[in-house]
Amino acid sequence: MRDKRMSLDEVVGELRSGMTIGIGGWGSRRKPMALVRAILRSDITDLTVVSYGGPDLGLLCSAGKVRKAYYGFVSLDSAPFYDPWFAKARTSGALVAREMDEGMLKCGLEAAAARLPFLPIRAGLGSDVFNFWDGELRTVTSPYPGENGKPETLTAMPALNLDAALVHLNIGDKHGNAAYTGVDPYFDDLYCLAAQRRYLSVERVVETEELVKSVPLPSLLLNRMMVDGVVEAPGGAHFTLAGDDYKRDEKFQRHYVESAKTPEGWQQFVDTYLSVSEDEYQAAVRAFATKEA
Amino acid sequence: MSEISTETTSTDTVTRAEICAVACAEIFEGAGEIMASPMSPMSILGARLAKLTTEPDLLLSDGEALLFAETPPIGGKSPIEGWIPFRKVFDVVASGRRHVVMGANQVDRHGNQNLSAFGPLQQPTRQMFGVRGAPGNTLNHATSYWVSRHNKRTFVETVDIVSGVGYDKIDPDNPAFRFHHLHRVVTNLGVFDFDGPDHTMRARSLHPGVTADEVAENTSFEIAGLAEAGESRRPTAEELRLIRDVLDPKKVRESEVPA
Repeated sequence: MRDKRMSLDEVVGELRSGMTIGIGGWGSRRKPMALVRAILRSDITDLTVVSYGGPDLGLLCSAGKVRKAYYGFVSLDSAPFYDPWFAKARTSGALVAREMDEGMLKCGLEAAAARLPFLPIRAGLGSDVFNFWDGELRTVTSPYPGENGKPETLTAMPALNLDAALVHLNIGDKHGNAAYTGVDPYFDDLYCLAAQRRYLSVERVVETEELVKSVPLPSLLLNRMMVDGVVEAPGGAHFTLAGDDYKRDEKFQRHYVESAKTPEGWQQFVDTYLSVSEDEYQAAVRAFATKEA
Repeated sequence: MSEISTETTSTDTVTRAEICAVACAEIFEGAGEIMASPMSPMSILGARLAKLTTEPDLLLSDGEALLFAETPPIGGKSPIEGWIPFRKVFDVVASGRRHVVMGANQVDRHGNQNLSAFGPLQQPTRQMFGVRGAPGNTLNHATSYWVSRHNKRTFVETVDIVSGVGYDKIDPDNPAFRFHHLHRVVTNLGVFDFDGPDHTMRARSLHPGVTADEVAENTSFEIAGLAEAGESRRPTAEELRLIRDVLDPKKVRESEVPA
């Protein structure tokens, strides 16, 4: 069986400007932040991003890499909740927003996973979601009339087909079998099923035998058919939380928000945490934690 | 019986926040065996109060992925009875067996709600969360709103972005809208619904000490039934005990509605 292990920068080497990229996790929860940081180190730009957005989308916006965003929300999940870089991109009109109901995002990934052009969903009707989509979003009328003879007309959620998916899980093998630990798988399997190229970072790579002994069977979210590249990235979801491995680094997330307030503050954040390798990032984060303790 | 005349259960010193907690609990009156999804401390307090009094069959989650078997205080833990990760929440939404209490940056007289952003869709003046689950919630199951500061900036003529769907957006010829129901709006000033003419916002009750003028001055549109609205119900001694001693001993409720 193929050994799919890669480095962060090798993954990014397979991405191209203009791609549609799905980013797993949820808000500030188990985001593939090391892979996002690797994109920031590259010259890849003009991205269309599909995400239950958090600081992943924020960091990509900070570097002007997002042309268009499909999202159900963008949240840091703790105060001040609103991501500062996503807010700047929106208020400056820097990106095209395809805002939608949270359930519509799941529905669009499921349509793509099943190679369907759309799936019907009730959410979106009557709201401004249709106006956000500038004609990209249509309705579909049921061929089956309801009880009173009237058919339902529903949102025809288009498939959210992805060129690439980036997800972070807790434990995996070198072939792409992988599991989450903690309370929620989020939607990382759907992102992988919706994408042409699927890249997985994990806290630790272990032998298959150890993987399947480490977690209950229902936690084995990804199998080999769903993954093209595996990166071992301990701390790879920092500063978001990662199931049983670690909680959100609230102090650092607040530092990220504070740093975004002034050009000088942000330049310092970039120099310390973003214009550096992943190992240097993790060292700088440890130094920050020590200083703040 | 033991005395209930202790300081903590005195009904003489009821605060506005305690009135609000009871009004939030009454949102769930008759709800039955559904998932209660309150989204802020006051509505969480209300849902838990309802579960401990008249609505024992409500399902309550920890806000993340676990269903509580018991009813813990705000911020507390409880044994669990089940699993409700985000993807299963969307199944519950579509099933209709849920009543959500969302916040709102703006609400209009027909119940359109905004928590997304202010200003134009593609270049807002202020960015909030995006529409979140509001479009799906409002089309699928009972939805109520909790607003801790009732003022003209929240209760507006027209919301900037419709995330939660109001009654004037309903297409009566399309049965896909048939599950839409906005149940209550509870604020720091009173309790409202959308049973005014043409499903407009109507006053059900004003909290003790609140006048109709005060509500009118803090609302950008005319509220039906304002002059006739009675006084919001005061908590019973048992409700006060549950609020003060069991569910919210740290008075988190006063962070939203000062005493």
